[in-house]
Amino acid sequence: MSGAVVEITRAKADETETVARAVYEHPLLVRICHWINAIALFVMVGSGLQIFRAFPSFGAKIPQKDLLDWPKSFAIGGWLGGALQWHLTFMWIYLATGVIYLGYQIFSGNYRQVLFTRRDVPGVWPMVKHYFFFGPKPEMREAYNPLQKHAYTSVIGLGVLSVLTGFAVWKPVQFSWLAWLMGGFHRARVWHFLTMWAILAFVLGHLVMVLLHGWNNFYSMLTGWKKDPEY
Amino acid sequence: MNAQEKPRTTRSKSFDPVVTERKFGQVSRRELLKVAPVVALGAFAIPALQEPLLKRGLAFSDWASGLMFRRSHLAPTFSDAALTPFAKFPINGYDVDDPGVIFENWTLTVTGSVQKPGDYTLAQIQALPLQRQNTRHICVEGWDVIGRFGGTRLSNFLQMIGADLTAKFITVACADDYYESLDMATALHPQTLLCWEMYERPLTREHGAPVRLNIPTKIGYKQAKYLTDLKVTHVLDRVGYWEDQGYSEFYGL
Repeated sequence: MSGAVVEITRAKADETETVARAVYEHPLLVRICHWINAIALFVMVGSGLQIFRAFPSFGAKIPQKDLLDWPKSFAIGGWLGGALQWHLTFMWIYLATGVIYLGYQIFSGNYRQVLFTRRDVPGVWPMVKHYFFFGPKPEMREAYNPLQKHAYTSVIGLGVLSVLTGFAVWKPVQFSWLAWLMGGFHRARVWHFLTMWAILAFVLGHLVMVLLHGWNNFYSMLTGWKKDPEY
Repeated sequence: MNAQEKPRTTRSKSFDPVVTERKFGQVSRRELLKVAPVVALGAFAIPALQEPLLKRGLAFSDWASGLMFRRSHLAPTFSDAALTPFAKFPINGYDVDDPGVIFENWTLTVTGSVQKPGDYTLAQIQALPLQRQNTRHICVEGWDVIGRFGGTRLSNFLQMIGADLTAKFITVACADDYYESLDMATALHPQTLLCWEMYERPLTREHGAPVRLNIPTKIGYKQAKYLTDLKVTHVLDRVGYWEDQGYSEFYGL
């Protein structure tokens, strides 16, 4: 149950004083899924780029125009066969954590903490002003501000898209309707590639924000408890 | 914490609204430990465990692929206008483009769980019903082409040789020492061809003359060229040239 608030006290000679507050923000299942998914994502991107190296193009094989020469040292698996082993193993881990996370969020009602809805819209602009244009910091009333919710909701959508585009590329016959929805096998491959970059853009922003917000914030994804919340 | 007011509920899901620093430290550490099992994934970083783990992962993936395969589900077919021009159809031999098959002497040697083993000539094979299809050929590298293939359903040939259809696999050997295997369900798929023509012309040497496999429900490397031997079998002593180096055994599309 997220949202539980505690006051942390310190006993003095004859009285106790409250020294901090803490909120339980991240239920255990969310934390476990977060970290396993983070590892799986790392492997999926690394091995995916190695797979891409085998045919770094989205056009014809003859003549082949390579899009980019991705360095081997920033890829996982060493060769196409090795990368496929990583990709086809970790995709199940990636998928499982995604499904468990989504299932838990929906059935526990915890999705409300993350899901960007219409009532978050008015808070977007003040937050953008604060982040990018030195505007005043809006008052925090819940775990995530509107921009955070927007980012998390979007990346969960991108995660779903990465799986769907992946299945369209991996099984274009059994899931021919998926490939068709994406404009055919060719384009499904493009979508899968673009989805990866969109997720990486999120990861970059996410990591920057984690660094900026310091230890208490980072530690909360390990213990569930956020000390000294802003709300 | 005032002990007489706050009953201890350490194991309960609800939390005391007021805790001491020490208690909070305990709770935090306990929650941290609960997340610790995640480091088990580090097993993939241990060299001695990495290979067997990935092998298991790939085997699981192949098993799931087998479940997803539907024998009646056809691969998409395309109009003639969508065909990749023959000149732009890549030639992807693993070793040589032309293993130098002598066509006059060529036969397909059939062994294994069949009623009529022996050497089958091209004329015998081509007497079977011809089926032509415009289907997508996808390479494991990521490129794909749409080609026009012609031949007879492998199921027709299996019927002709009296194959035991309860056997699990078909294996083939090739003139260039390439070898492959196919699960029976895919072998019986209506689009799985014993293929002797492309673009309505006899197969060229580079594309696997005189007879190759064309399997629109499989990745390219399963579609062996220059066939010389075909066996119906319950057990595999080897899977395929690429599979035995670590590629997926099933690789159905």
